[in-house]
Amino acid sequence: MQIQPILAALKKHRLATTLIALEIALACAVLCNACFIISQRITAMHIDSGVDEAALATVQLTGYDSAQAADVDARALAALRAVPGVESVSLLNSIPFGSRRGTAGITTDAAGKHFGGVIEFYVGGPGSLRALGAKVIAGRAPQADDFHAFTGFMPDQGSVQITQALAEHLWPGADPLGKEFWMLKSHFRVVGVLKNLVRPDPTGWSAERRQWAVFLPAQPGPYLTGSYLLRASPGDLPRVLRDALASLAKAVPEVVIDREASHTLTDLRRDVFKNDRAMAGMLVGVITAMLLVTALGIVGLASFWVAQRRRQIGVRRAIGATRRDILHYFQTENFLIVTGGIVLGMALAFALNLTLMKFYELPRLPLYYLPLGAMALWALGQLAVLGPALRAAAVPPVVATRSA
Amino acid sequence: MFAYYLDLALRSLKRNKALTALMVLAIALGIGASMTTLTVLHVLSGDPLPGRSGTLYYPQIDPRDNSGLFPGKEPPEQLTLTDGQNLLRAGRADHQALMTGGSVPIQPDSSSLDPFYVEARYTTADFFPMFGTPFLYGQGWAAADDEARVRDVVINSELNQRLFAGADSVGRTLRVANTAFRIVGVLDNWEPSPHFYDLNTGSYGYTEQVFLPLQTALGLHMDHNGSSDCWGNGAGGIGGTYPSEECVWLQFWVRLDSPAQVAAYREFLVRYSQQQKSLGRFVKAPNVRLRDVRQWLAYERVVPNDVRLQTGLAFGFLLVCLVNTVGLMLAKFLRRASELGIRRALGASKRALFTQLLVESGVVGLVGGAGGLLLALLGLWLVRHRPSDYAPLAHLDPTMLLVTFLLAVGASLLAGLLPAWRACQITPALQLKSN
Repeated sequence: MQIQPILAALKKHRLATTLIALEIALACAVLCNACFIISQRITAMHIDSGVDEAALATVQLTGYDSAQAADVDARALAALRAVPGVESVSLLNSIPFGSRRGTAGITTDAAGKHFGGVIEFYVGGPGSLRALGAKVIAGRAPQADDFHAFTGFMPDQGSVQITQALAEHLWPGADPLGKEFWMLKSHFRVVGVLKNLVRPDPTGWSAERRQWAVFLPAQPGPYLTGSYLLRASPGDLPRVLRDALASLAKAVPEVVIDREASHTLTDLRRDVFKNDRAMAGMLVGVITAMLLVTALGIVGLASFWVAQRRRQIGVRRAIGATRRDILHYFQTENFLIVTGGIVLGMALAFALNLTLMKFYELPRLPLYYLPLGAMALWALGQLAVLGPALRAAAVPPVVATRSA
Repeated sequence: MFAYYLDLALRSLKRNKALTALMVLAIALGIGASMTTLTVLHVLSGDPLPGRSGTLYYPQIDPRDNSGLFPGKEPPEQLTLTDGQNLLRAGRADHQALMTGGSVPIQPDSSSLDPFYVEARYTTADFFPMFGTPFLYGQGWAAADDEARVRDVVINSELNQRLFAGADSVGRTLRVANTAFRIVGVLDNWEPSPHFYDLNTGSYGYTEQVFLPLQTALGLHMDHNGSSDCWGNGAGGIGGTYPSEECVWLQFWVRLDSPAQVAAYREFLVRYSQQQKSLGRFVKAPNVRLRDVRQWLAYERVVPNDVRLQTGLAFGFLLVCLVNTVGLMLAKFLRRASELGIRRALGASKRALFTQLLVESGVVGLVGGAGGLLLALLGLWLVRHRPSDYAPLAHLDPTMLLVTFLLAVGASLLAGLLPAWRACQITPALQLKSN
């Protein structure tokens, strides 16, 4: 196929050609960045919580004094453990995808000079880490004598399990076991490493910080009360949670059951990512509409050109061009215009990405999005031009002999 | 002449229905998407207290130590109790109110209603006159009552409806957290959006149902709701219920009517910081801010980033639609080259042709705008059914309705400019000859 005559013909339609190329370029920029944002959201939504979500639920109590904590907990735990199907009940201050009660800044030195970041302390009673099902990949799980009684918001010392993501951030490349860190005057020593343990509110943090959490063993007390972790077999969990809430209402009638926060972890997770899901859905809608408009625009202009060139096509056919030649002519023409658009579009995509990075903490657009976007637009262009091109190929040679 | 052009435009648009439909569809989709997102953005970045927000300021000072736990140069976003009370008692502004959020159990007298929890605001007397809260019955408590720890309460109309079936309840008793309070005022519907005076409780769709004097509430150890940022050793405020003196957890608003007053107040904040430093309470050099409502909302980035992002993308989409329409319009106008050539030959000026073509693109814009409006209404309906806290606010107001139409017609006239100009450049003789 000769490209030269096509280019020569396009020069006659400089304005229209530029417009299609510009439309493709804009579509390319929006497409690449929107797809990138969608993939970011989907990655975030599929974050590994590090815990057995399907088997876990939480019940949250409020509306009582810290002086009543021991009494309320004793009755609540007895009631919860009596619910048929409950495998374990334990106390845990923060709940993955749920309540957040242990967010604090830490330092890696006693003097408080080396800021380590803001992390989540999961302060848990005996059995809670086992119930979570978090995998210990190095060091050890908490032992019975790790669980200290405490006053104040958090134990001021302890042996903790930290996630490998946090360990890698605090001490890159080093073995975290035996390392220490501080939260103001409180002092903690790392004895175990967890594969993963997600923050309660992962959506509020950048991708690398979503797993910055530690497990801090503690005995239940005035500041570790009313936040229970229930474990049951996944199929049975909704029923168990329903029964648990009903039996709590009888066992501790004077306290308030926070029903908005008492859910299975699966439900809590869905709730945490609802905005991301809505955003991804909206972007898919915009992309679909944009590609549709672009395709229809190409169909419209190509149809116009075919109609305009009916005579020329007839002449070409009369002097020996095959139907295939005509078809290829329009396909190649479209390919050239789209290619021009894509070249400009890649630059635009990068510029748009830089703007988004500046304002929305979006990472840099990975390079492979560009060829993918290009392929999509080439395919779209070919698909859109096929109809008009086939119509052009169907123009009979006899048209050449008729005056318009 | 205009009527004639309109007639010509309609005839021409009817001649090629598919192409016309395509242009209308492109404009409608672009306008629909961008108006939906723009309306959401407009609603979310609205002025919470029109007419008043320009004179309301949020003082910030920096009482923190040098522990390095808080990177950045900005002072904390709230005040400690001591600083809040000091600034309140200093009374350097026309109006000032110290406040924090809470939630309290309401224990109705009638046995048919179970006790329930409501959101509460613990604040001081100026809250009501400063924010201009509308009262259905009664009024707020007096400034003297703050220090006297009187047990007065202001409730909102929703709670009044629930407890007293909407009757004038001023003077009646309300049991809050096992304590009898006297109702002194009932607020009419008052729901500033965003909830600018305390963003920790959620920015949109949040209202308190009871308002209690701050000192009274703290004295009764009522539950605190909201954020507290601590340095020092965290634990142990009043009775163990509240954050310690090394925590910020209260909001303080002042009303300043003139730039001179604003400058004087800023000066006062610096002097206060210096004084506290010389007393040994503050460690850092004076670091103060005095933002008005708009600046405060911008600083706190109240409008969700997702909403801005969506608006940006929707306008990108509108641009694609417009370029598309320009292309189609160009094709359509050039196709009629011979017709335009005849008109030129018969004496129509370029200007007349240009107007005629612009009328045609204006018609497309008008129809597209109407379609876009329908799509925007559909889009907003979809937004309202989304699970975000601002969802119920997504409604089209008259301003945005007007903006939609101006945008649609303006956009398609803009889209028509280039093709119309190009189509007017034809040489009449050539067009006549070729036929």
